[in-house]
Amino acid sequence: MSTDSKIDPLALAGAKSKGKRPWFLKDQDTERLMTIVMSLAQEVSVLRERLDTVERLLERGGKFSRADIEAFNPTKAEAAERGAWTQEYLARILRVLQQDREAIVAREQSNEDLADELATN
Amino acid sequence: MKTTKRKATGASRPARQQPARAYDGPPDYRVVGKHGVFPEVTHDEAARFNFLAHMNRHLATNVMPGVKEAFDKRAEPAFKAANKRGFANRHEVRKALVQDPMFQWWSALRRATMEQRQQAGRWVTLRQADRLNARVAKLAAAKQLQLDPTLALPRSVSGVDHHCMPGSYHTELTDGDATGAANYDVGLFATTGGMLGALNDGGGQAVVKWVKENLKGFRPRRILDLGCGLGHNVVPIAQAFPDAEVVAIDVGAPMLRYGAARARSLGVKNITFVQADVARLKQFADESFDWIQSTMFLHETSYRSMQEIFAETQRLLKPGGIVLHVEQPQYDAAMPLFEQAMRDWDAFYNNEPFWTKMHEIDLDAWMGKAGFARETLIHGGVAAVVDPKVFPEAAKDTKQEDYGRKAAWHVVGARKPGSARAERAAAE
Repeated sequence: MSTDSKIDPLALAGAKSKGKRPWFLKDQDTERLMTIVMSLAQEVSVLRERLDTVERLLERGGKFSRADIEAFNPTKAEAAERGAWTQEYLARILRVLQQDREAIVAREQSNEDLADELATN
Repeated sequence: MKTTKRKATGASRPARQQPARAYDGPPDYRVVGKHGVFPEVTHDEAARFNFLAHMNRHLATNVMPGVKEAFDKRAEPAFKAANKRGFANRHEVRKALVQDPMFQWWSALRRATMEQRQQAGRWVTLRQADRLNARVAKLAAAKQLQLDPTLALPRSVSGVDHHCMPGSYHTELTDGDATGAANYDVGLFATTGGMLGALNDGGGQAVVKWVKENLKGFRPRRILDLGCGLGHNVVPIAQAFPDAEVVAIDVGAPMLRYGAARARSLGVKNITFVQADVARLKQFADESFDWIQSTMFLHETSYRSMQEIFAETQRLLKPGGIVLHVEQPQYDAAMPLFEQAMRDWDAFYNNEPFWTKMHEIDLDAWMGKAGFARETLIHGGVAAVVDPKVFPEAAKDTKQEDYGRKAAWHVVGARKPGSARAERAAAE
């Protein structure tokens, strides 16, 4: 990479887009934290994919280098296994939203109310 | 101590986990690209796009349905109880939805995912900006690229960075910059969950398929593409009609440079990429095009610009020529207010402000005002054409409704009345 580039990729990659940013959660700080958590979730997924690549290269036998990791291209079946893992991973970390959905439809009573109900003769 | 090697048996050594269910999701990112100016993408950068494609699909498939459930069970009943009436329009629906936690979390995650996508794409392209721009400059043949540095940007482009893309279509970070276009190109897979195919050209291929099926015998000699971006939708058209001369217009120089280089690397030589405002095309003579096309473009213009585009189209079309605009469906009376409000999400929360205004007008009436008689109007529907062995097909996807982002669109257009001979050819 040339060193005299006028472009600083790290500073510019995360630049804000023009236009007032909407915030959705009741507290902006909670939403800031959520965006940091989701960026970390992305990096965990990246690490897992890299580990998966290393495992598959090991299985293929022989020595391999970082260049082999960069050049790795999964077969359709391998990609499906990796994709299925990512789906499983997202379902796991975003579980609370699944439960929120189920609660909307279920309309359950609280355990306090149920305790009172069970204590009536 | 001496250890004895234990024989591995099926019982002591767990077999690799078998898939719990058949895989139905985005393909691996590494199926994307394959043209001469596509940026180099490292293993981890590809993995980042894989995560984002899955995240968008997860949000569409598993979280967004919760917004409808919350609307039906909470937001709508609460509005009716408070106002003693139902919703009058989509804006009331959206203002009720923004109070609901399910809409809030889905939206916060969707916005964050879009911002992560922009960061991921910009990192990939900006870290190799100089090499990338040099490759683009080498490939973009001068006669296929006509830039106009004096062009004034329309307010629709200067006012906001579309889809949270810093610098939008036009910003040049250095001389001869094409990185904005490269960023758009590398990340489209993530935003659409792989629905547009290897070259992100599923929309352009859909237009070609529709024209070949519905306008049999149509042999355009000159084609104009409005708002071409990096040319991903116009290249399939130029390939389908190799003898035609194609002019592709956009305001963004980075898009045009990258588009010209990309087209050349794909062996396409019959497109000229021209920097101009589509509402002012005085350089082209009256009745000089057989086909004028716009694909997912009108929603990034303005009411004034649309009227000028329709009028210019009427002027530029040859007798017997056709104009086709491909867009998401209009908000007509038959579309539920909830769906309209959800379709407005990208307008308000993904920096596509004109989207909401564009989709509420009567396009047929506007075409009529520009001189296209009602009986000449064309209506149709298309879905992204992709390699079904590799990519998910929007036409067969009944599991998710991603509203404005679904890779299926409406066609609104017109055929300009022509000579009796052209009329007969059209009728055949």
